[in-house]
Amino acid sequence: MSIRELTCIGCPVGCALEVTLDGEKVISVTGNTCKIGENYGTKECTNPTRVVTSSVLVSGGDSEILPVKTKSDIPKNMIYDCVKALKGVIVKAPVHIGDVVLKNVLGTGVDIIATKNIKAVH
Amino acid sequence: MQEYDLIIIGGGPAGLAAAVSAKEQGIDSILILERDNQLGGILNQCIHNGFGLHTFKEELTGPEYSQRFIDKVIDLGIEYKLNTMVLDVNEDKQVTAVNSDDGILELKAKAIILAMGCRERPRGALNIPGARCAGIYTAGTAQKYVNVEGLMPGKVVVILGSGDIGLIMARRMTLEGANVKACVELMPHSSGLKRNIVQCLDDFNIPLKLSTTIINIHGHDRLCGVTIAQVDDNRKPIKGSEEYIACDTLLLSVGLLPENELSRKANVKLSKVTGGPLVDERMQTSIPGIFTCGNVLHVHDLVDNVTTESYTAGKNAADSIKGIYKTGKTVEVIATGGVRYTVPTTINPENIGNGIDVRFRVGEVHKAAYISVYFDDTREMHLKKKILTPGEMESVKLTKAVFDKYSDCTKITIKVEKE
Repeated sequence: MSIRELTCIGCPVGCALEVTLDGEKVISVTGNTCKIGENYGTKECTNPTRVVTSSVLVSGGDSEILPVKTKSDIPKNMIYDCVKALKGVIVKAPVHIGDVVLKNVLGTGVDIIATKNIKAVH
Repeated sequence: MQEYDLIIIGGGPAGLAAAVSAKEQGIDSILILERDNQLGGILNQCIHNGFGLHTFKEELTGPEYSQRFIDKVIDLGIEYKLNTMVLDVNEDKQVTAVNSDDGILELKAKAIILAMGCRERPRGALNIPGARCAGIYTAGTAQKYVNVEGLMPGKVVVILGSGDIGLIMARRMTLEGANVKACVELMPHSSGLKRNIVQCLDDFNIPLKLSTTIINIHGHDRLCGVTIAQVDDNRKPIKGSEEYIACDTLLLSVGLLPENELSRKANVKLSKVTGGPLVDERMQTSIPGIFTCGNVLHVHDLVDNVTTESYTAGKNAADSIKGIYKTGKTVEVIATGGVRYTVPTTINPENIGNGIDVRFRVGEVHKAAYISVYFDDTREMHLKKKILTPGEMESVKLTKAVFDKYSDCTKITIKVEKE
């Protein structure tokens, strides 16, 4: 049995978590004040994930930069490769929040989506 | 002179929420004045996620959060002007603004909401010795370069201060290929949110050096390095602890200051602690009919709190226009014993409905302490807190029932107590 101390990143409260592990198996999560903390504690010790936010280039829009994010969390060890996969991506304006910018990034099954509206300019 | 019921200065999260709220209260003649070329304010450059957990029960990025309010403003048909700089506001609620379509605008309103936000403390406010070379930016300026302009300010970075924008930029610069050497914090604790230390520094193995500061800046044309040193309890550098870090970029994340030049012009009384206006329970400043909300009032950690506060300001501005509010006896709210300030500083219990949230910050870290609320000399509330830190805004809810219980009370005192 081992104990891992974590800070929950689920919300700004930042609960101090203690995750009790038997090898790689999570026995219990304590210190959390809501369900988010329990899920985060378990996930962080088994399959840590993050939502990745970055930006790509836009052509023909009222802005040259489009902020984007992974539609849901992806494995933490894929953050750098995810951002690398966005290099060279150029989106044509107009763009709407939620538009898919890159499908199934790195085979994760997660799409990269736009997080800002960009109008087309002529 | 064109007249409106309500003029809102600033189209960021505070101004947008206040406008929506006033409109929902039946005020139709509203104008938002925004100096940037788009609504949304600073959220436009905050492309990371984590916004809106309270307001929308989901995690949004900054632009997604602001778009929800921009959509509402447009759906409700609220008038706004972009690229418009307000030059003057006076006690008669006259507003002078300028833009390239209208030229000089002379406006008058029945009520004004000040929602200009805040700005970052620059290098000049810090008195760091050393070269005055290129390569030194506030973290928010770097954020705008990277996230809005698509430009990288540098390759090898040191961050002074551990405010949230600095932490967010440590991660952002790293993801864009920079080498972030360290985040250096004068205080023995970070002023940023704990979650940001984890997901912006720890995730990327960026060291956070507490009780450490920059004592020299090196470089002729461009920054080539900084000398850091640990500090003692009096925040003086400790001899022998100096360390040189080669870098081409220094980001400053050393605090935010409410931006109140216009408030001063209108003779609005400002707090010596926050730099923002002193307000009553209705978010009204010392000038009747001039209200305020958001970071121009006091700096917030969470935009969700800005939204809540701004809804209150918008509703109260609407009530002021309609003439439905009570005047009379007010209770003073005093911050002492570790509490730096409160918002509001006076309360007329007749205007608070079922209750009011009093927001405040502490001056230093307190572990296992209590927040106590005294009505005159009687301790009415005694709330146990595992930890209180200057980086996280606190609040207490004072119910109407408590005010009724202490109907003769003249002052409320909020303080931190050990037991």
